[in-house]
Amino acid sequence: MTSRTRNLSLFMALVALVLFPLFGSSFYVGLVTRIFIVAIFALSLDLLIGYTGLVSFGHAAFFGIGGYALAIAFQDAAVIHIWQALPLSLAAAGLAALVVGWISIRTSGVYFIMITLAMAQMFFYYFFESSRFGGDDGIFLFFKPVLMIGSEDILKLDHENNFYYFALACLVSGYLFLVMILRAPFGKVITAIKANEHRVRALGYSTNGYKLVSFVIAGTLAGLAGFLEGAHTGYVNPSYMSWHESGVCIAIVILGGMGTLYGPIVGAFIIVLLQNFLPELTGHWQLLLGGIVIAVVLFLPRGATSLFPRIIAFFRSKQKIDPKGPTDG
Amino acid sequence: MADVILKTDRLSKNFGGLIAVNNVTLAFERGQVHAIIGPNGAGKTTLINLLSGDLLPSDGAILFNGRNITSLPPHKISQMGIGRSYQKTNIFTEFSCFENCWVAAQSRINTSMRFFRAARHLKSVAERTEKALELCGLSQRSDSRASAMSYGEQRQLEIGMMLATEPELLLLDEPLAGMGSDESLQVIELLRRLAVDHTLILIEHDMDAVFSIADRLTVMVNGRVLETGTVEQIRNSQAVQEAYLGVEEDAV
Amino acid sequence: MELSFYLVQLLNAIQYGFLLFLVASGLTLLFGIMGIINLAHGSFYMLGSYLAYWLTGVTGSLWLGILLGLPIALAVGYLVERFAISFLFKLDHLYQVLLTFALILVFNELQQILWGTDVHSVPIPAILSGSFQLTENQSYPVYRLFISAACIALAGAMYWVIQKTRLGMTIRAGASNREMVQALGINVNRLFAFVFSMGVGLAAFAGMLAAPIDSVYPGMGDNVLIISFVVVVIGGTGSIKGAFVGAMLIGLVSTFGKVLLPEMASVVVYALMAIILLWRPQGLFGKVA
Repeated sequence: MTSRTRNLSLFMALVALVLFPLFGSSFYVGLVTRIFIVAIFALSLDLLIGYTGLVSFGHAAFFGIGGYALAIAFQDAAVIHIWQALPLSLAAAGLAALVVGWISIRTSGVYFIMITLAMAQMFFYYFFESSRFGGDDGIFLFFKPVLMIGSEDILKLDHENNFYYFALACLVSGYLFLVMILRAPFGKVITAIKANEHRVRALGYSTNGYKLVSFVIAGTLAGLAGFLEGAHTGYVNPSYMSWHESGVCIAIVILGGMGTLYGPIVGAFIIVLLQNFLPELTGHWQLLLGGIVIAVVLFLPRGATSLFPRIIAFFRSKQKIDPKGPTDG
Repeated sequence: MADVILKTDRLSKNFGGLIAVNNVTLAFERGQVHAIIGPNGAGKTTLINLLSGDLLPSDGAILFNGRNITSLPPHKISQMGIGRSYQKTNIFTEFSCFENCWVAAQSRINTSMRFFRAARHLKSVAERTEKALELCGLSQRSDSRASAMSYGEQRQLEIGMMLATEPELLLLDEPLAGMGSDESLQVIELLRRLAVDHTLILIEHDMDAVFSIADRLTVMVNGRVLETGTVEQIRNSQAVQEAYLGVEEDAV
Repeated sequence: MELSFYLVQLLNAIQYGFLLFLVASGLTLLFGIMGIINLAHGSFYMLGSYLAYWLTGVTGSLWLGILLGLPIALAVGYLVERFAISFLFKLDHLYQVLLTFALILVFNELQQILWGTDVHSVPIPAILSGSFQLTENQSYPVYRLFISAACIALAGAMYWVIQKTRLGMTIRAGASNREMVQALGINVNRLFAFVFSMGVGLAAFAGMLAAPIDSVYPGMGDNVLIISFVVVVIGGTGSIKGAFVGAMLIGLVSTFGKVLLPEMASVVVYALMAIILLWRPQGLFGKVA
């Protein structure tokens, strides 16, 4: 797929999503909002597994910390100011990513996978067992964040459509931010690290620093997703950071197509919709989900979006052949 | 006293019980082409890996321009002006030829921790990249994917990446390995051009090539230095004849 | 608190450590020899527990349950190896993680289809149901001692196989240098199948032994899996000795953690791992990469 077709498709998709609340019921607006949030989460993981070559299996920890930072700081507040809550969530998630990254980046391969998993479990159990932060039940939030200037409400997230657009704006900003850093000198280095870290070191880069920064950026972005999820659902509990979430997030990135940025967004649509509609089909929908993921790994390892160029090529070739066929014959 | 750029002092490396490099003391002079020859398993590549920081020495010291660089990590050694190429082609296969050299050239800016402006705006990096591509003879192939290039071209790219880091001293591990004779001639020509303003340390099995471009030779056998000297001295050395060259010429 | 209380905790810690060792040893060998990361390993522990529950119910005896259950577990392990794990060689770690993660989803769901979502318990066999009276108010159940004894016997047998037999030599060589074994012309597929079934057998056996003292519940394999990962990471991948030391350390830290720091019991285990990795990133007995 050329970058022009890609950008055009993305732009058309964006227009469709902007118009969607005008037609969709509030249930579907809420569902798509959730998809945006999951997409931001998956996008952040794509920076690690798709571009830096770091297979983190504990990414849900930062998602959860973003949510908990919001919930802990504002559980008793009557007004949640976005300009206070959002930076707090991002900082908390980024800081956690710095600590986890600092410990785990000294290792590589399977070690890295296992350590990120175990570190995430540490956070999970901390919140699971702490009576101060609600333990198993988590924390409920009774108000939605607002953006105010003076005493004027600019943006109130308690309206579903407002939340929808806010989440969409976050997704678009996150996407553009990642596109920007991948084009910048930093991005050149991390993609090279994924391709051949040893060679990058031999060329004079201290690769661990770049990997750590990438890890922190991804963690912070996951924190943004966690913030949105907490604000959207009105509660935060330990299951946010369960290893199951980390696994599903990897599945989303692979299913959509890693190393593409738009792939994980497509993956988020597929998985969240499956999670929503499979249970209506059967009580044992995880069996189907597991089967789908296995099939993707074995038969479509580059993800659903790797089909797009083939589909486009298929239609192009048809267009070319069809009109020609009769005249030549 | 000659102008020494790199010096090793009783450098050793053991792997478990095996002593791959044993007490190697060598001085490499600035501006010269210094070839290291010896049979397989003589410890040549291990020596290069020690010099480039890819391996840590078990004992001994390495001095570069008078500074002790023993045990420095590879990226620091690279930043000091020592570039290396690998025997097994070690490039970013999914990148274009240009991108391969770009990443190498970009390593010479202050820091690549830059997030906001697209990399392509970095003029100095672009210039270095172009220059490296031209030197290694791949300007025409700039946009080709590295994995789609011929083996010989990949070997040239390997050298081009090293050049893009603008090193003062080049460590070349069998640059001619596996090349056809035409390709070999091209690379030898390239090495000759590089020798004008660089110092080269070269491992090579192709003796004709070695004798045609090297200023000095070191013969290694079983991890030790057997003899070091000018090309003439080595050609005439009794010990070298017996231990190495004789065998090699018989084989050829 | 009195000494006997700590003695009981120590015995508990050792018994837990042994069970973890049985699960983790398969995991560490699988990785050491084949470079495969298998998240579904915990599912075999769960399978063992459920088989023990089911067959004990049918036959009325845990012993018969174990006797009948082990071949079933091995057969399941064989099928999983044939139809899923053997594809993993060619894939890189990312896909291994994802594929075995999907296997967990499948296994957990199959478990619910077969046995439902209730929590079950398995009675302790009558012959081992007593307990030793240590002091007036401290006693220690015989069955837990039996677990430790059974594990010691099994660990001993494993030690013997790995240290003294030809097969064991190949396994050790493979765990420390995979390419070498291939170069020596050993049938890697068969070696792998053997090691994998051994791992399955050990994990399932651990699950069977544990069934009477822990409850049998959905998703029980997941917790064991992650703790076993911690054991493997602490010990160093591919090292049986490391798995043993790691399992004992985790047994001690988590048992005494529950007593001394009840609020942070589970956190302590992971903190221990973090500290060990800061000191030795390759684990206690791992090779430097």
